[in-house]
Amino acid sequence: MPQRFHRLSRVLALAVVGLLAAACSSTGNSSAAGDSGSGKTTVGFVMVGSTSDYGYNQAVYTASQQLAKDMPNVDVITADHVPENNAVTQTMQSMVNKGAKIIFASSYGYFSYAEKFAAAHPNVIVLHQGGFETGKFSPNFGTYWGEAYEPVSLGGMAAGGLTKTNKLGFVYAFPISQTIANIDAFELGARSVNPQAQTYLVNTSNWCDPLKQKEAAAALLSEGVDVLSQHQDCQTTVIQTAKAAGKYVVGYHYDAKSLDPSGWLTGSAWDWTPVYEAITKVAVSGSFTGSKYNANWVGSFADNDNPLTLASFGSSVPSDLQSKITTAQTALKKPGASVFAGPITCQDGSTLVAAGQTMTYDQINNIGCLVKGVVGTLPKS
Amino acid sequence: MNGVEQALIGGVSGGTAILLPALGELISERAGVINLGTEGAMLAGALGAYAMTESSGVIWYGIIAGVLAGAVVGLAHSWITVRRGGDQIASGLLLWFLALGVTSVFGTDYVGTAITPLSNIAIPGLHSIPWIGAILFDQNVLVYAGYVLVAVIWFVFYRTRVGLILRATGERPEVVAATGGKPQLVQIVAVTIGACLGGLGGAQLSIGYVGNWFNNMTSGYGFVAVAVVLFAAWRPMRVLGGAYLFGIVLAAASVLQAHGVSVNQYLLDALPYLVTLLALALFARRGRSETPEALTRSLSRSG
Repeated sequence: MPQRFHRLSRVLALAVVGLLAAACSSTGNSSAAGDSGSGKTTVGFVMVGSTSDYGYNQAVYTASQQLAKDMPNVDVITADHVPENNAVTQTMQSMVNKGAKIIFASSYGYFSYAEKFAAAHPNVIVLHQGGFETGKFSPNFGTYWGEAYEPVSLGGMAAGGLTKTNKLGFVYAFPISQTIANIDAFELGARSVNPQAQTYLVNTSNWCDPLKQKEAAAALLSEGVDVLSQHQDCQTTVIQTAKAAGKYVVGYHYDAKSLDPSGWLTGSAWDWTPVYEAITKVAVSGSFTGSKYNANWVGSFADNDNPLTLASFGSSVPSDLQSKITTAQTALKKPGASVFAGPITCQDGSTLVAAGQTMTYDQINNIGCLVKGVVGTLPKS
Repeated sequence: MNGVEQALIGGVSGGTAILLPALGELISERAGVINLGTEGAMLAGALGAYAMTESSGVIWYGIIAGVLAGAVVGLAHSWITVRRGGDQIASGLLLWFLALGVTSVFGTDYVGTAITPLSNIAIPGLHSIPWIGAILFDQNVLVYAGYVLVAVIWFVFYRTRVGLILRATGERPEVVAATGGKPQLVQIVAVTIGACLGGLGGAQLSIGYVGNWFNNMTSGYGFVAVAVVLFAAWRPMRVLGGAYLFGIVLAAASVLQAHGVSVNQYLLDALPYLVTLLALALFARRGRSETPEALTRSLSRSG
């Protein structure tokens, strides 16, 4: 029997390894790379989650496919479900082995891997989505993002305008500055149309954990919240929960109005296509180093190139509120306009922005205070 | 509805996703087989239930599919460990990895889609009891299944001959064999039924509670279930208490935050695992008489 078991265990081990390998390569989901000898450039996209999450990753995937359609001299390869660990480096390496010359590492936690990979591969252009390089840039590295809080504040206006309880709920993942800026912008937007509106916070410590999202949403609803919003990678669960309770939802990352046309108020949706195309063009032409993309590039309403756009309005948003929101959007496009224009006070009563002043992008990127009207505290690490 | 009530409602609902696999693990371990593949059975059940519900539109079919998907994992584990004498810990972990990979591949098509989860059924009369009614008697059918199963399992364990043989198999399989019983068969059946409950627990997550599927959506609940069994010293009623306690702690974290109370989410996330480690340390000292004596021991072919 021990011998039989040994033989069996070897067979089993082989089977398991085989299946896992199949699983990995299939979740790694690389679509075919074109022959790189024909003057085509291969561009790789690395994603942390599902390409159909109605959220962050679907937005990346959709734009990557549009890039392939719009630029015939480009082959696009993608990998999804790549966790924020060494797997990122391995995935980027295998993309380079397939001939990739440009790589978009699209998840926040990929930053340090992408940065190191760029340094080790000077002939590959590596871009990181959402990071902020504080040190020196490698000649082949860049980050790109948008002033996300601008459209988020517009979503806050919709929430503030339609709440009956004056309680808004916000489900977030981690207390990073991007998220804090979004929470603050949401509350500021809500208060601009409804001074009574307050934003209640629950965090999930995960970019996409449906069970925790459900519990967070249920807890917020029991607190009397009647509009839910969130900063998560996937948004199906929060929308479903709001829908089941007959409450409103303001989306993030992706226009998911189709999931709940009457409960969906509006939201922010990424349109990455122009950014991906502009960067790819610069990279293909050989002029990447020293260009504006070889830096921390940030699109904004003011420059008319914010990759995060206002999503479509749901049927519950009255037309006068819609026009109020679009007017505010136009106002934000004027030079010098900002969501973070003083006076703004923090929860503890201290001044975040003095009257007559506005915060710079760098300041917002290091924001550490929740504004007055936000209920809840940030977890300390 | 106030916050405390919401924490308890969410605790019972979320706790059911721990209770069902924990009851399954209890049956399995009482027969002498530890199944760390419970997490895998849950994943299989969660995806099986979701995929079937999404394609057929009938949520009952989904529940059955969830149970059957769990059974596949259970049959695999019992074949390896009982029939072939393979190491129980290794087999369980490998089956978990396998289930994680397989469900990630086959689940890709379902990510991002949504179904309407099982609706709550208020039990006439009982649901209008103040407090308790809303918490215990206005839940979905899988939560009720949890109540019934605890009672049935307790009865079978301690009041029937089947239960006696099951427990004897986990303690002294030689005695069972000597009296003409078939300990291997008992183990195979126990592990398979146990994994079916694991699958049912997965179904509670995907089609019972949230109404969608995500890769690795069980995120460790199966291991919490294994820990609950240990913590509960292999007693059905304590398993019920332990599972709901974990569920309530998880739900309370959200409720406290929504109420504006500062909680350390990172500590709360680590809490189930800290408690488990603590339980392991404690039981290693005192628990000898509680642990089924033949747990993790392979039976010889002649047994």
